[in-house]
Formats: sequence, C-alpha cells, structure tokens
Amino acid sequence: MSDTAPLVAVHGVTYRYPHSPGDALHDVSLEVRTGEFHAVLGPNGSGKTTLVRVALGLVAPETGTAELAGQPASAWLRRDLARVVGVVTQREDNLFPQQVRETVLLGRYPHLSFWGVERPADRAAVTRALERCDALALSERWIWTLSGGEYQRVRLARALAQEPRLLVLDEPTASLDVRHEMELFELVRGLVDRHGLAVVMITHHVNLAARFADRVLLLENGRTAAQGAPGAVLTRETVERVFAWPVAIEPFDGRPQMIPLRQPKEPT
Amino acid sequence: MTRWLALGALVAVALVSAVVLGPAHVALGDLASSEIVRSLRVPRALLALLVGGSLGVAGVSLQALVRNPLADPFLLGLSGGAGLGAVLAIALHVGGPWALPLAAFAGALGAMALVYRLGLVGGAQLDPRVLLLAGVAVGAFSGAITTAIVSLAEAADLRNAFLWLWGGLSGASWDTVLVMLVYIPVPLVVLYAAARPLDLLALGEEPATHLGADVEPLKRRVYVAASLLTAAAVAVSGVIGFVGLIVPHITRLVWGHRHRALLPAAFLGGGALLLFADTAARVAVAPRELPVGIVTALVGVPLFAVLLRRWAGARS
Repeated sequence: MSDTAPLVAVHGVTYRYPHSPGDALHDVSLEVRTGEFHAVLGPNGSGKTTLVRVALGLVAPETGTAELAGQPASAWLRRDLARVVGVVTQREDNLFPQQVRETVLLGRYPHLSFWGVERPADRAAVTRALERCDALALSERWIWTLSGGEYQRVRLARALAQEPRLLVLDEPTASLDVRHEMELFELVRGLVDRHGLAVVMITHHVNLAARFADRVLLLENGRTAAQGAPGAVLTRETVERVFAWPVAIEPFDGRPQMIPLRQPKEPT
Repeated sequence: MTRWLALGALVAVALVSAVVLGPAHVALGDLASSEIVRSLRVPRALLALLVGGSLGVAGVSLQALVRNPLADPFLLGLSGGAGLGAVLAIALHVGGPWALPLAAFAGALGAMALVYRLGLVGGAQLDPRVLLLAGVAVGAFSGAITTAIVSLAEAADLRNAFLWLWGGLSGASWDTVLVMLVYIPVPLVVLYAAARPLDLLALGEEPATHLGADVEPLKRRVYVAASLLTAAAVAVSGVIGFVGLIVPHITRLVWGHRHRALLPAAFLGGGALLLFADTAARVAVAPRELPVGIVTALVGVPLFAVLLRRWAGARS
C-alpha cells in the first residue's frame, strides 16, 4: 500500500441491485485523497449510499473498479480495513445500555489482538478521540441520556478511536438543530485541516456542503450530474434539474448558497 | 473482583449443598466414603454445573446473535427436535443406556440444521429474525409429530418420555460427566473467542462490520456453537427451561454487557442456579423427585416477570 495512492479510488462504477429494473449507479467515479473533504449530494434514491457501499467493498460493482488505499476494496479484511476507514452510519441500535467511554472503546476492536485486553494505548486513543469531538465531559454518561447532537459526537469519537485515515459519514446531521449541525460540520472540517483526515460525507445540506467541502459530487438517478469544486457544481441549472425545484444561487463567503424558491401559484 | 469472588462462593456453596443434601441421609463424616455420594451425588452435581453453565452461555450468545434480550436457547426449536428424537427412540423400543440421549441429540441437531437452513431463505445472509421465527415453527412442527406419536403409542412407555421432556439429571453418571467434559470445551472456546465481535453486534450488523467484525461468519459460528451446547444439554438432561433466559439477565445486571466477562459469569451463574434447582428437586418431595425443569420454571417465571418489569421500566 503506497501513501501516494488515493484513499478512495472508484472508477466508472456501475451497480444494479438484484431484481431491480434500473442501475442504482451508472458510470460513477470518485477519488479522495488525504486532507480532502468530499460531500456527496443528491435527492433521495440517487445512489449516494450505494456509492459508499461500493467504495467500502460491501458490494461488488458490475463494471468499473473500487480501490481503497491502493488495494481492491473487496480484498480487504474487515479488521484491517477498520484501521484505515471509520464509518458513522445513518442508524445504529443500542440493544444494551452502555456508557459513552465503553461504546467509544468499541472503536479499538480492530487494533486489539485475538484474545487482547485493552492496553493503555487503547485507553489513550479513546480519551484523545473524545477530546477531539469535545465529548470528554460525556465519558461517564449513559448513552440513552444523550441529546441527538451529543450522541452524534460520541459516534464520531468512536470512529476516530479506530485511528482511521478516512472518515465516512452518512447523513450525520439529520435531525440536528442549527447549532449542533454547524458544530458537527466545523468539527469534521477541523479534523481534515488539523489532522489530515480524508472525509466523505453524504448529506442533504446543499448549503453546508458548499461551505465546508473541498469537492462536491452531485448524483442524479445513479449518474454523475456534476462533480468538482462547489462553485462549479452548484449552478442554478444543474441544481434545479437534479432536485426538480426552482432555486436561486447566491454567493456567500465565496461559496454558492442555494435558496429554494416559492412555487408560483397557478392562476385559478 | 468482589463480584467474581461472590460468584465463586455461590458455586462452591451450590456444589457443597448438592453433595451434602439428599433424600438418603449421609453423615458428614462419611461423605468421602459413601457410595451414594461418590457414584450418584458428585457426578450429578458436576453434570448440573456443566449443563447449567452450557445453558447460561448459550443463552447469552443467542441473545446477542438474534439481538433480542428475551431469547431463550430453547426458542430456536432445539427442544422440539430433541423431544421428537427421544419419543421416537422410546416408541421404536431402541435399547441401550445411550439410546435416549443419542436420539435426543440427533433430534436437536436435525432441528438445528432445519432452522439454520430456513434462516438462509433470504439469501446468503443469516437473518436473525427469520432464525427466531424458523425456530418457533420447527419447534411447533416437531411438537405436533411428537404428540401424534405419543397418542398412538403404548401408555406405559410414555410416562418416561414426558418426564424426560421436563428435564432431569437423574441419568447422571461419571460417563455422562466425562462425555460433557470432552464435548463442551469446543463450543465454549468458540463462543469465548467471539466475545468481542459479539459486543460490536449489539450496535447492529452494519456498524459492527465497519468496526471490523466479519458479521456473516460470526453469526454462523455463534449459532452453531450455541446450538451444539444446547443440544448436548438437552441430550443428557432433557429440556430445562429458563436457565438460559434468567441467568443471562442477572449476569447482565451485575457484569454489564461486555461478553468477555459476561460469558464466564453466565457459565458459573447457570451452573450454580441449576445446582440449587436440582438439589431442591431431589429434596423437596423426597423420596420422590421432581423434574428439575419444573423447579427452574417455578422459580424462573416469577423472576422473569420481575425482570421484564424492570426492563420495560428502564426503557420508558
């Protein structure tokens, strides 16, 4: 595995779910390198999560290739991969009550030996991850007492405890209020800038993606509608077509911001 | 540390009382020389420890696997299969001291294979929800066949079959203890080796995958190992309910949800519970004997009701 290879290298990938009439992904490419924040945007069902599943080797594409850190994505052992990529999924259950530090410690699993007990290094990694997510004060709390924003920070800390080079987040700010949403985006941006992580974030927040991400991939029915710097991707024509709604695009802080327009009333 | 000492002391007390107490009075000074103690009570106590321990560990593992804290090892259809095997052996007059346990073991393995196959109906991935439903269906189906055989067979043979189904350790001997001692370490080690990935599985299959667990092989290993433990338990002692349900709950309350501690605690706790239950079954209506499954159900059901209330209360 060479350090110059992109962490994610998905090239010309097409994938169709079994018994499905159409392609979930068609000829999509994505390349992510260290220190880059990529946002994946698109309407519901446009293939965002499928793209991530292909990129992480959970499903094999019909055509095209998916590599992670220079190796075919499907060739990775899950344990080895978990030391390179941390994932915050859309949902998780907590079958049994757990304390925050305990659940973050689960992130150390890929680093432990077969019968291994946690070493001081593992505890230090947990503390460091909690600190970075501003969640150290929550260490002793039970998970079910956390607010939505706190819980997402704890889940991010668990992914960081894996000490990954790439972080994948699937709609991490769904159902968070403005402050917690912004806190999370700032946190993720800080991880990219200060710790050199690569980030792929699936999100519905067109405006926050435009302001925080380095590059944006806009998907439409499994195809690439546009890809590149936010300013190049988020044009009025493209956004209106992909989301099937009239919008205005205004610059703010040097980044495009989308304002959905009211639908004109039909004259009666 | 104190809780491990307390658990160790509990097991010791359970073992001692199982050896000292019994329908036949044996003076304390004669314990070491007594034939009753040496060839009946000691092997029976050891068997109770091994069977109870196996059921406790199987319960903890299966609850993590099907992601349902109310799962019992016998929910997965094994008891039905074992009962069918045993009743078939009785109805067909298969003789020999090992006929009944072997037939029950074969029946349990048959049920396990069928449930496992049904668990894969959705494709290559073992679906724990389907597994539970398949277990209930297979259990009901083999129960129906068992009842059909019972209703067509000679009445005299069948008291044995019914008593056997309610569980009992009266068949204990040094031979059964040795067979168990050789057999159960393999599934126990397999499950203990899965302790950490089982912790991850509590978050759901996808998050567990991303944290480095090989979820599909894990589910298969755990299902087969826990079923093999249950099948052995049912073969040597019939269907002893509630140990595999109550013990995981109590140990979870004390040890939390880390399987590295939970699995050994459930083994010792299950062993202690079954030792006490079996001693009560032997002593309560002496010189006759209750099937131990009746004692565990009589203790287990009220305890289960209390736990259910606590559990529901903690969630609201």
